[in-house]
Amino acid sequence: MRNDSAQAPSTDGIVFQTRGLTKVYDMGQVQVHALRGVDLDLYSGELVVLLGASGSGKSTLLNILGGLDTATSGAVSYCGHDLTTAGDKELTQYRREHVGFVFQFYNLIPSLTARENVAIVTEIATNPMQPDAALGLVDLSDRLDHFPAQLSGGEQQRVAIARAIAKQPAVLLCDEPTGALDSTTGIKVLEALERVNRELGTTTVLITHNAAIADMADRVLFLGDGAITRIERNTKKKPPTELTW
Amino acid sequence: MRAIEKKLFRELWQMKGQALAIALVITSGVATFVMSLTTLDSLLITQSTYYRNYHFADVFASLKRAPDELRSRIAAIPGVDQVETRVVGMANIDVEGFDEPVVGQFTSISDAGQPLLNQLYIKSGRLVDAGRDDEVVLSDTFAGAHGLRPGDRISAVINGRGRTLRVVGLALSPEYIYQVGPGALFPDDKRFGVMWMARTPLGTAFDMDGAFNDVVLSLSADANLEVVLERLDNLLKPYGGLDAIGREDQLSHDYLSEEFRMLKTLATLFPMIFLGVAAFLLNVVVSRLIGTQREIIAALKAFGYSNTSVGVHYLKLVLLIVAAGVVGGLIAGAWLGRGMSEIYVEFYRFPFLMYEIGPEIALAGALISAIAATVGTLHAVRKAAQLPPAEAMRPEPPARYRETLVERVGLKRFLSQPSRMIARHIERQPMKSTLTVIGIAFSCAIMMLGSFQEDAIDFMMDVQYGLASREDMTISFVEPTSKRAVYDLLSLGGAHDAEVYRLVPARLRFGHRSRRTAIQGLEAEGELRRVLDARLQPLDLPLNGIVLTDRLAEILEVQPGDLLTVEVLEGSRPTLQVPVAGLVNEFVGLSAYMHRSTLNRLMREGETISGVYLTADSQYHSEIYRELKKMPRVAGTVVRMNAVKSFYETFAETVLVFAFINTLLAGTVAFGVVYNSARIAVAERGRELASLRVLGFSRGEISYIMLGELGLLTLIAIPTGFVIGRGLCGYIANNLQTDLYRVPLVLEPTTYAFAATVVLVAAILSGLIVRRRLDHLDLIAVLKTKE
Repeated sequence: MRNDSAQAPSTDGIVFQTRGLTKVYDMGQVQVHALRGVDLDLYSGELVVLLGASGSGKSTLLNILGGLDTATSGAVSYCGHDLTTAGDKELTQYRREHVGFVFQFYNLIPSLTARENVAIVTEIATNPMQPDAALGLVDLSDRLDHFPAQLSGGEQQRVAIARAIAKQPAVLLCDEPTGALDSTTGIKVLEALERVNRELGTTTVLITHNAAIADMADRVLFLGDGAITRIERNTKKKPPTELTW
Repeated sequence: MRAIEKKLFRELWQMKGQALAIALVITSGVATFVMSLTTLDSLLITQSTYYRNYHFADVFASLKRAPDELRSRIAAIPGVDQVETRVVGMANIDVEGFDEPVVGQFTSISDAGQPLLNQLYIKSGRLVDAGRDDEVVLSDTFAGAHGLRPGDRISAVINGRGRTLRVVGLALSPEYIYQVGPGALFPDDKRFGVMWMARTPLGTAFDMDGAFNDVVLSLSADANLEVVLERLDNLLKPYGGLDAIGREDQLSHDYLSEEFRMLKTLATLFPMIFLGVAAFLLNVVVSRLIGTQREIIAALKAFGYSNTSVGVHYLKLVLLIVAAGVVGGLIAGAWLGRGMSEIYVEFYRFPFLMYEIGPEIALAGALISAIAATVGTLHAVRKAAQLPPAEAMRPEPPARYRETLVERVGLKRFLSQPSRMIARHIERQPMKSTLTVIGIAFSCAIMMLGSFQEDAIDFMMDVQYGLASREDMTISFVEPTSKRAVYDLLSLGGAHDAEVYRLVPARLRFGHRSRRTAIQGLEAEGELRRVLDARLQPLDLPLNGIVLTDRLAEILEVQPGDLLTVEVLEGSRPTLQVPVAGLVNEFVGLSAYMHRSTLNRLMREGETISGVYLTADSQYHSEIYRELKKMPRVAGTVVRMNAVKSFYETFAETVLVFAFINTLLAGTVAFGVVYNSARIAVAERGRELASLRVLGFSRGEISYIMLGELGLLTLIAIPTGFVIGRGLCGYIANNLQTDLYRVPLVLEPTTYAFAATVVLVAAILSGLIVRRRLDHLDLIAVLKTKE
């Protein structure tokens, strides 16, 4: 799986395809069915919001798409490549070259500055942009040398986004990126994501339990109890600045 | 510099306290390792160089008297390279200002100057001039003990004639590295000294003109020692020759070898234990340290870092700490090793020291530490990397706590809520708690090793010179004498009790095994000199048969009831068959005991004695010494208290310095372990404790939860450490068995108390440092982030 351009080539534009995707967590005495046979196609350049209450399985789905976790049964493929059977080594390579992650709690490395937190990813990527440029995209050009502890939550999350997009991934997977932020800061973060999606054409999957955010998506997937209950296509996307919650 | 390397250095700086503590543990381990092995190495090299450069002989024999003409026949024995015939004799010495009896052992050197064999290292002054009959060279140790210098004079009673000798030089000899006087167990430089005179004047003094009573040989490379000894014995037998011996049995060399063997045991066991403990601790500390980085490892993996590169990253972190520790250890070890070697060289009076650190020693120390750290790191990183990143980043499910055993058996009402937290936390992670306990216990255990040696030495001396020997002085005669001589001694002013003894040099043989020793004939129900059984109770010597120390019985492979062949090396040299009547347990020497009258009977002699044990009023001691010096029959006097004193001043000192350094390093290890355990615990539970603070717990209360656990684990660790320490000491004692000593497993309460105190102090200091940290927990951060 080589990353020839930011946009992974695909015959019919399908980036992710899942069939009968199932995930069962063994929690000792109880088994938790996080996903119950999910069938899904995601297309190149889309901005998709996965909407669901907590426990609906949306994080599990995102983690499996991102190669952070493996399915119990069913199939998942990325641009025609089977992820179900990929081993740890292939998944590591896949994450390194194709996927950018944004986590709810940022997961910045506290001992590194904003620029270095981005650099730690660009240093192992094949075709990265400059850390400064990535931070510029999220409006943090003036905070390059600040440590995470010196940044606000919103700023930290934007560093995380810069870190995720700096490697110019084909897909950007965001797990509740605004979950820990107030609405004003959250909107700034969403703006950054929307801009990346628009300017770089990065396929973006954003999971949230905040229905208001769904308005900025091309498509909205509703998850409940481990299954997709409904899919909606937004005829008119709202820019993040118009969102309120 | 790459960002991941910056992370490395910044985090290293952030954890500098912990890193320093870990490095110190390694430093201690490596330092002990380097110090011990280089000391041993340099002593062995120095010894062999000394032997080679000063032509230490291979064969030693003494005899009554033989004409010089015999020399050429000895030289003709195949395999003999060089022959040196000599006159050797004992004499009473009088040093001005020193009342006590002093024995000098005179050895002749060639009239031409340096002898062919056993050459002298002249430390100051010069060799004797053969043309003068009043010049003497003193051993440097003896001269040093009395402050004698070239130009000073001493008086000697040689062969019954008093004369004054002028000291012209001070010297060292490979033959007398260890100078032990007749009847003594340890060197006593004040009361026994080796001295050299030219052959002609000394021969005249001992009535040995044109004759010799001692011969030493060197052998060619292809010589067969056994054959040479046998042929030499045959040649010397008509001249009253005693068993010829090889270098292995030569007194000084034998003592030195035994000591080096003991040192070797210490020098290999100690660092092994130390480095082993350090490695174990490193393993535990590093695993837990990396455990606290679980989320960062997950994030790195999510970005696409492979398990290998994450592993390498943490390995670098650990190896940097290890490298610092190893470098420190090498420097400290080299410094201590040089110091230790100098102490030993001073003690053994080697003329020079050849100290070097073999690269293999440095390399081995570094490798052992690095491997231990690598194993610990890789194990921990693998564990952290095994989880899929998604799972690692998810908050851990609430840990499954349950009521502890203490609570379940109904003691719950006695435990406050925080106390329950402590108990449950310990019980929920039994492995982690166990490792902490073992770590602290080991540091407690190695603290005991140093004091154990002191305890064992004290105990040995108490038994030997308190329970077994209770005389004030032991007087030995030049030749076996009639028992009536005891009345001369008892008539001395202030003399109380006297007990006679007979000492017969003999070779004991059983099957193909043999050992040269002396049979001590003691009085029945003696009060001054007693043989002790395993329970340290006085043993009644049986009327028939011989009693052996169990170590001697082990060497000969005999058991009570076996018939032992005794080849007497004195007088008419009879060969006797004597049954082994029993075994005794002694800590020093390889002795054989018989009833004095039985020994007389077997020797077909009347009431003959070799010496007398005497007690006397202490205010009369000086007077008695003066009288003894006038008695030509008296070969030497050993004063019990002086023997004890000189032992502590010489031998014990070197061992105790070694033990002290080890104790110091063990203390460092103890602190390193306890401190790291505490710091990591804070890292692991900081969030939980901060949450409690948010809920309204006071600083004191959360400190109680945190430090209470550390305290409880420390309290469990201390008795555990006692058990481990006792085991380690037992192991060392077992390995320290030599022909000279058997080290008893004795641990005084103070040793336990000392080890426990050091661990407790380390725990309290760590607690105080951690407490400061707990007082500054970031409460807001807890509210903002997950968990």
